[in-house]
Order: sequence, then C-alpha cells, then structure tokens
Amino acid sequence: MSAAPRIVVTGMGWITPLGNDIDTVWNRMMASDSGMAPITRFDARTFPTTFAAEVREPSIAPFVQDLSVHATAGLNSMFALGAAAQAWKMAGFAKTRPADARRVGLYLGAGEGVLDTINFFETNMASWDAATQRCDGRRWIEAAAGRLSATKEIEQEPNMPLAHIARELGIKGPAFNCLTACAASTQAIGEAYSIIQRGDADVMVAGGTHTMIHPLGVTGFNRLTALSTFKGDPTKASRPFAIDRDGFVMGEGSGMIVLETLEHALARGARPIAEVAGYGSSADAFRITDIQPEGRGAAAAMLQALAQAGIDPHQLREDGRAPIDYISAHGTGTKENDSIETVAVKRVFGELAPKIPMSSIKGMMGHLIAAAGAVEFMTCVLAIQRGMLPPTINHARPDPELDLDYVPNRARSAPVDICLSNSFGFGGQNDTVVVRRFKD
Amino acid sequence: MARVRRPVVITGTGTACGFGVGTDALWSGLCEGRSAIGPVRAFDASGFRCTQAAEVPEGFDIRQLVPKSYRKATKVMARDIELAVAAADAAVREAGLVTKGIAEGEAPTIPPNRFGCHIGAGLIACDVDELTAALVTAKSASGAFDSGAWGHTGMTNLTPLWLLKYLPNMLSCHVTIIHDCQGPSNTITCAEASGLLSMGESMRTIERGAADACLAGGAESKINPMGLLRQQFADRLCALPPEASASSAVRPYASDADGSILGEGGGLVILEAEESARARGATIRARVAGFAAGQCSCDDTVGVDLSAAGEDIAATMLAALRDAGLESSAMDAIVPMASGIPSTDAAERAAFAAVFGERATTIPIVTMMGAIGNCGAGVGALQLAVAVRCLEHQLLPARLGGPEAGGLQAHAAPSSAAALGHLMVVSAGLGGQVAVVILGRAA
Repeated sequence: MSAAPRIVVTGMGWITPLGNDIDTVWNRMMASDSGMAPITRFDARTFPTTFAAEVREPSIAPFVQDLSVHATAGLNSMFALGAAAQAWKMAGFAKTRPADARRVGLYLGAGEGVLDTINFFETNMASWDAATQRCDGRRWIEAAAGRLSATKEIEQEPNMPLAHIARELGIKGPAFNCLTACAASTQAIGEAYSIIQRGDADVMVAGGTHTMIHPLGVTGFNRLTALSTFKGDPTKASRPFAIDRDGFVMGEGSGMIVLETLEHALARGARPIAEVAGYGSSADAFRITDIQPEGRGAAAAMLQALAQAGIDPHQLREDGRAPIDYISAHGTGTKENDSIETVAVKRVFGELAPKIPMSSIKGMMGHLIAAAGAVEFMTCVLAIQRGMLPPTINHARPDPELDLDYVPNRARSAPVDICLSNSFGFGGQNDTVVVRRFKD
Repeated sequence: MARVRRPVVITGTGTACGFGVGTDALWSGLCEGRSAIGPVRAFDASGFRCTQAAEVPEGFDIRQLVPKSYRKATKVMARDIELAVAAADAAVREAGLVTKGIAEGEAPTIPPNRFGCHIGAGLIACDVDELTAALVTAKSASGAFDSGAWGHTGMTNLTPLWLLKYLPNMLSCHVTIIHDCQGPSNTITCAEASGLLSMGESMRTIERGAADACLAGGAESKINPMGLLRQQFADRLCALPPEASASSAVRPYASDADGSILGEGGGLVILEAEESARARGATIRARVAGFAAGQCSCDDTVGVDLSAAGEDIAATMLAALRDAGLESSAMDAIVPMASGIPSTDAAERAAFAAVFGERATTIPIVTMMGAIGNCGAGVGALQLAVAVRCLEHQLLPARLGGPEAGGLQAHAAPSSAAALGHLMVVSAGLGGQVAVVILGRAA
C-alpha cells in the first residue's frame, strides 16, 4: 500500500438549496440556516409532504461557454454543469486545461432525470382502456407522438449529466455513472479515487447530481413513508437524530470535486486542499426495505475506509485526540437510519465513539439523494480548512437511545484534520470515504 | 505501465435473453443461426416503427429461480430485476459456487464479505398499466390529470413499495440478498457500456484486494412502451412490421443498415481471483487480460450520434491492449456491439481500422444483436458470456445479418471453428461511454 500514489482534492463546487457557491452555502450552514420551504416545482399542496429544499432559480448561464451546446439539459445536468464548472475553475483548469484529455476521467453518481410528468401522465391516461384495465398500445403511441419529445426523454437517461460535463470540459478518459440511490456520489468519489490510484487516469472529476422533487419522486417516497410529513414550519421538518424525527426532507442539487495525483497537482503548480485517504464499499445483503439492524454493512464500509487510511479506530492519536475528528453522518432523519448509523459507529469506534463529533447537514440542506454524498464530502473538506463543524439543526429533543455527539443546533469550532463521510443507499449499498488535511 | 497485479479469471457465466435462461441456451441459439426476435408479446407494439423484439420465451417464471423463502419478494421486481436475478442464479451454478441462494445453511464457497457485486442497469421504465390504473383515479372533470386529487388520494392506489421496483440499484439489491454478497457493490448506469464498465470495476476491485470474487454484468428490458419510444426517438430502431422476417433485419456495418432491434436480457459473470479459483478447483473458463474505459466526444452533446467517435473508441481499445500488455495482432476476434445503428457502426468500423489496420477486414467479428436484440445495459454482459464460450469451444457462432458487412467479417455466416487465444469485447453506448475488455483463453 505504501507505494500507492497520494490522491488530493484540488477543486470543489456545488449547487445546493442553500446557495450556488462555496462560501454562501458554508456561511449559511455555520448560521444553522435551513433551505426548506413549500414545494414550488409542482402543486404539492395535497400531498402528504408539501415541502422540500429546492435550488432557487437554477441556471447554467454563469457556468458554461456556449448555452446552445446544453440546450436540452434537464435539472440534473444543469446542477452538474454548475458544480463541475466551479470545481474545474478552482482547480485551475479553466485557465490551463489538462495536457491529455484521455488521462482525465469522470465518475458521477447522477440520478435519473425528471420525467416529462404531465405529458407522460396524459399519454397514459389518453390510452387507458377501462374494460381491460390496460393502456391500449396503439392509442398510447399516438398520444405519445403528440405529447412527448425526444430531447426530454433522452435527457432522463442517468448518464446524461456525464455527457454534458464531458462535452463542456473536454474530458475523454474513463467515464462512469453509478446510481446506488443515496450512496451514489460517495461511491463515485471513492471509485474515482481508486481509478487514479491504480493509474488509469491522472485527474478525475467526481460527484453527483440529482433531483427527485417531482410528482412521482415525492409520491414514491411518500408511499414508502420515508419522507417527513411534519405539519408546522418546514424549516423544522428535518430532525436528524432527534427523538421526534419523522423522515427525511428532499433536497436537490449537485456537488463536484476535482481529484488528482499529488504528483500531477504539484507538477502544474496546483494547491492541494485535502487528501483522500481511504474508501470502503459494502452491501447489506439483508432485506429490500430494512437496514441490517446491527449496522453490519455500514460498519464494514467504515472499517475498510479506515484500514485503507491506516487509522486504527480504537487508538487515540499521539496528542490524545480521538482517531478521527468528525463524521459526516448519512443522518437522514428517518427512525431507522439514524439509530442504526449510531449503532454502526459505536461498532466501529467502540468506547471512543462518543468522543467523535458526528453531524448531519441534511437538517439544513435536505437529502440530495444521489448527490448527497458529494456535498457532504465537500463539507468535510471545508471543516478541515476552516476549523468548524457544521451542526445538526432542529435537535431540540434528543433521543435518549442515541447518545453520540451530534453537534446539536450550533456550529462548533474544533481542530479538524481527519473526517469520515458516510452514505448508505436504499437497497443496501454502503459507502464511506476518509479525507484528511493535506500535509507535505 | 507494467504492474504486478492479482490475476482475475472468469469461472461462470449466466444469461437471460430471448433464447432463455443460461448461457448454453444463448450459445446454442447463436451457433444454430436462430433468431429470438418476433412480434412483441408484452404489449401491442404494432403502432411503433419497430414492432418486433427479442423477449424471454414464454414460461419464464422468476419464482422458480429464487429460494422458496424469497418468492414473496418477486412481487416487487421489475422485469429488469427478474433478468438479473435469473442470470445470477445461472452464473453461480455454472461457477459451481455454494451461496445462500443455492443452498441456504451450507457454508458458502466465497466468504460473504469477500463477494462483491457490480450490476449495470438502465433507466427502468415503470409499468404504464399499473401507474395508469392509479392515475385515472385522479382525473379532473375535463379528464385531465388532477394533481390535487392525486396527492390527496390518487397516489394511495400505488402499492407502498412501488418505487422499489424501479430503482436501478434494485438489481444489485436483490442479487446481493439472495446470494449474500456483502462485499463492494455498485450499480453502473451508462446505457450499453454498463455491463463492461461493471466488469471492469469488479476486476479492479479484485485486483486491489477488496474482494476475492464478484458477480459482474448488467441487465435491462426496454420491451415496454417507454423503452421502445425512447429508442425510436433516438432513431436507433429499424422499420420492422409484425409480419416481416427478422433474420436479416439487423445488418451490422452494411451499407443498407437500417437500425437495431430491441431485446430484453442480461448476464452476469463470476469474476474470481485466480488463486481463489485454483484453490477451490474451479473450472477456469477465461482469463480477464485487460480493461479500459473512455468517453467519446459527441457533437450532439448527449451521445446519441456517435458517428465521429471512432478515434475515441480506438483510443480505449488501445488502452485496453496496453493494460493487457498485448499487441492488436494478438487479438483473434472482436466481439463488438455491432448494433446495425449506422452512426454507431461507423464509429466502430473507424476504430477497427485505426487499431487493426489492414487486418480490420479479415479479423472475425462476433455479432449477436440480430438474434437477441439490443439489450441495453445487458448488452456488455451478453457479449462477455458469448466471448467466454468462444474461447471455451474454440468456435465462432453463426451470424445473422446481410450478405455483406461493408467489407468487414460480420456478414451472415454459419458457425465455424477457429483458434482463439484472445478476444476483444467492445461496447460504446448512448451517452458516449465506451468500455473494452480483453479476454484470454484459459491456460
């Protein structure tokens, strides 16, 4: 392992419900601000859940060279282009592109695009044959031909944000999109790190993008009873680790980072802003709807990532500090996730677990689904840079069963050198990345 | 770059496609020159440009391919998930593995935490009949969709687990539960490139020591109204009325090629560290010699038209050769998509010429879309499974298609014996991602 090249972060960018640049979003998190409000994308007033954390006035105009090249971009591609452009610029590639486009890759965890909802619904309804309880095939295609459009349909493919970014940034290296639900963009960062470490690319753009704030997205999660149905102020709805937590709140957006070998970064005079130290991936292999109750899969992902980073989870550091300084929790605000994640962290760190602050920014940002992990990874990097821990807001009523340090309600100053970021997907895929301060 | 790495081999293959379940069914169908394509049965597709497809034969019952205790869960499986579950069962059996799904309670051959799973998936279309039965309960007086009524009561007509049928990672979810694969797991969604990209990720996962074996591949069914419509919108399907013969409808690389035909299908291979396979006395069916991935530059941005991508596909083929430490002269056949979509064919042809030079017109090409259709995210795994059989049997399967293939060895032909040491498998999908795998004959 000692011979493996070091992989550093040299750029980051995001488009989120709390803002569209690094500082605005960070400052709002430090102020315990919330991005939740009534849903504006469609009329959700009668839905069990009526609120979400939406990106305000999404636009790619500030971020792309030629708007006409991205004329068909849907929301996922728009968010991704905005975040990737920021990361690319911070890395210094906007001025001087990488020398070899085939050594620059792309690994995204992007979700499926937004359905052309009303046209799709009405196509189906127009072809409905009540007698057979089926859509009539001939009437369906006739209705579809008049209502649905090729560009909107093709843009729903989950690899479209990949195609847009590759076109915009001129990327020709290894290109992957994964869709492991809520774990996707942590997985994307972990796999991108592995690709560079193995030598299959020098630079990778990695991250995620997603919105499910559309009628069938909200319907799907409402039917699963996974969303908060809080009846009061929406900014109080997402309550990770609190005893009265009642589900997650949807967010949307994108987070993107630039990863490269330390050697590549230094050779071009780029400044590393953090170092990726380890990655772990596992499957619960338990049940379709439930998380393994002892946190087996979550713990396995954390242990792999820590082992790769050379961190013993039961060993204090020489200066007496806990093995790591911060855990960015998956912390969705569902009963099940938050309690099992707590169990899993205790399983990994044993008696040192209470010494490690662990917060969930989903209380402020909502759950960006496939994009959540990337945004949370970036929060870890900022915590290292700025010596501050983002809070778990709406933590008025702690759950006595959940007894770790969740950084309740207010941001906290702390020395931060090593962070661990968790993401666990619906369907049982678990991913963890460890990131640490860059030191020569 | 020469690196010492853990050798990876294939010890089992499993497929589900128009020829049925199991790679032997696929292999004999191809070798006998049959076509699995016929008029679409799943719904009335007679109003579409292409009215035929390769569907899994009637009689396929997923409940028979899962442990009894798991039968209830088959109710929340979209067709794509069923295909992956069927392929996994066949692959695990062919590899001679004991898993929880094969014999619950017996010691598994591969420790669960060392068994990974990478399954490519497509954009799973929801069942329009199921959705519409609920939608029509939320109609306004004018017959339009009423969002208010939907939010209030309409949505309750969908089963609570409705969403779980359609999440792409549910292919991996069900397969990992059935076979108790607790190792690294991913779901790659890059259209037709998904299967080979997944295999590449499994290979790298085993190489770096994060797993000893992986189920790798992909599955998809686009045989539903939205699936067929999206391909029609992308202008990728040939015109084929219900009564027409399908046997030469897909004509890869031919000057009169008119597009492809859809299939439903998928495959999984068991990738295993060679030392693990040898230690258990497994039959090694092929060696995984090299892998590379790349992104094509696409003038249309979205990668529907790949006609100018030949250079990028060639670069990825060359990267895979470097990864394998081989020259192109060591390749004895190519197993490309050969979809019959003119733009994609043009890119593949240009890539073959760039990599193989004059040999591009003489190197044998294995084609299968004319028999089993374009199975989307399942394509790459089906290509892999066929390539493995080619190496095992030292045989090139028959090809359907036209009498000529633009000068390439991809025209209609019966199966033929061949000395095959290495095969190059290539998939470049909608969206512009390309993946290349090089397989070698088992020593």
